[in-house]
Amino acid sequence: MVTTRKKPNRVRSAMRTAADHLATGLAILATILVIAPLVAIFIYLVYKGTSSLNLAFFTQVPKPVGEAGGGMANAIGGSAVLLGIASLLGVPIGIGGGIYLAEFGRGTRLANAIRFTADVLNGVPSIVMGIAIYSLIVVPQHHFSAFSGGVALGVMMIPTVTRTTEEMLLMVPHSVREAALGLGVPNWRSVMSITLKTASPGVITGCMLAFARVAGETAPLIFTAFGNQFWSASLNQPIAALPLQIYVYAISPYDEWHRLAWAGALVLIVLIVFAVSLVRYVASRGILKGAS
Amino acid sequence: MGVGIEVTNLNAWYGANHTLQDINLPIPANHATALIGPSGCGKSTFVRCLNRMHETNPIARVTGSVRIGDIDIYADASPVEIRRRVGMVFQRPNPFPTMSIYDNVCSGLKLNGFSNRKALDEIVERSLRDAALWDEVKDDLKKKSGASLSGGQQQRMCIARALAVDPEVLLMDEPASALDPVSTSKIEDLIFQLKTQYTIVIVTHNMQQAARVAEKTGFFLNGRMVEFDSTHKIFTNPSDKRTEDYITGRFG
Repeated sequence: MVTTRKKPNRVRSAMRTAADHLATGLAILATILVIAPLVAIFIYLVYKGTSSLNLAFFTQVPKPVGEAGGGMANAIGGSAVLLGIASLLGVPIGIGGGIYLAEFGRGTRLANAIRFTADVLNGVPSIVMGIAIYSLIVVPQHHFSAFSGGVALGVMMIPTVTRTTEEMLLMVPHSVREAALGLGVPNWRSVMSITLKTASPGVITGCMLAFARVAGETAPLIFTAFGNQFWSASLNQPIAALPLQIYVYAISPYDEWHRLAWAGALVLIVLIVFAVSLVRYVASRGILKGAS
Repeated sequence: MGVGIEVTNLNAWYGANHTLQDINLPIPANHATALIGPSGCGKSTFVRCLNRMHETNPIARVTGSVRIGDIDIYADASPVEIRRRVGMVFQRPNPFPTMSIYDNVCSGLKLNGFSNRKALDEIVERSLRDAALWDEVKDDLKKKSGASLSGGQQQRMCIARALAVDPEVLLMDEPASALDPVSTSKIEDLIFQLKTQYTIVIVTHNMQQAARVAEKTGFFLNGRMVEFDSTHKIFTNPSDKRTEDYITGRFG
């Protein structure tokens, strides 16, 4: 068969080049639109918040109304305590649930029920979560507490962690599981040491996503952690939290408190970015050359 | 040392699909046995029945008996025990991507709780030497990921990984089909050496490869074993017309 080669069509070629440039341009535009809000918020926070940032902000508790100065040290510490409780609760349960969905319960009715529940739980408004924990823990105990606040945040982490863990485990190639089984490794051992380890970068990302999301939550804390103007180290006492403090200060009628709220928002964002980067760095140190 | 395998009335199904029908086959110890046949004829399913990997698929089913040495693998032992005695090398290299070369090779031992460092060092070196990979990787054992090696090196690492658990039988499911000619010839040299110590069953699409490495060859067609004889006989004077048609390239 003889093929007749057509002469290159000038117009068509120019159109293709134009379409290529257009597609590239749109992709760049989309990227900018994704980054722009974050950058804008951050710049605005720095502009509004830095003036009130000083050593006292990180070392002192709030001053009574009318007195100048004071800080949010107790709120920063309180947020750390709440997020610690939340992670202790949400990460193990979430990862465990994800492992069950992807490895052991695949296709079973129970797994489908869990998956559906997790998706619904993910959509539950955070204020509803606050009220639920209020009636489950705060009412029987007759007092607000750091513990109940941590539980509210922890329960909110579970569905995100579960679903990302499941997705990431399912992305591990079948050949890797077969390699482990073919060596005479028991299934549970293969799941824990091979599949979960291979999926770990994605699982960690899921945990960080859930962590960053609940770190900024205010609504579930209103009825649980409640807030506190003073230091509190007890899990049985109401405790301060950065988002809660920001909320209270931002709706107050005092200019001084407004400025502190801006500073608090800036600190909250910086701390979240810092915590996420730290976990990523620590997690990446164990990864070898050439591993994807 | 390797042990012989005696397959009697083996039938296998995937769902309603009867993929293996009444297979009877004696596989000699310390030899390489090649299985040839067109795609979909059941030869991969057959080797997966020899280490009970077939049943990891929930819709799969097996009947019949497979004796490896003195045990009936479907009656006398658990799948996990069988797979330690019967190593497997897959079609595509499948290193554990998060592990170093060293950890890949000793993963079978480590994951079963073996942790004597000195013994592990020796086993890793011996396995990599047996797999003809030692000289290429000895300086990067713990520094490089197993996934950073070339395809041919990865496959030899996977062979070393299978050897490290000291199996009696080595199953190879088209071990060279994803590799270039140089790597392929390395794998073939390796099979030649390994068969003095292990019983090897190799599935291959490449008839020259079967002729080069194996003493015995079985021809599979549509889930049945058509002919099983010495490799020389199969390729020069097959007794079944279908075998002759296949090896002369008339179909498949």
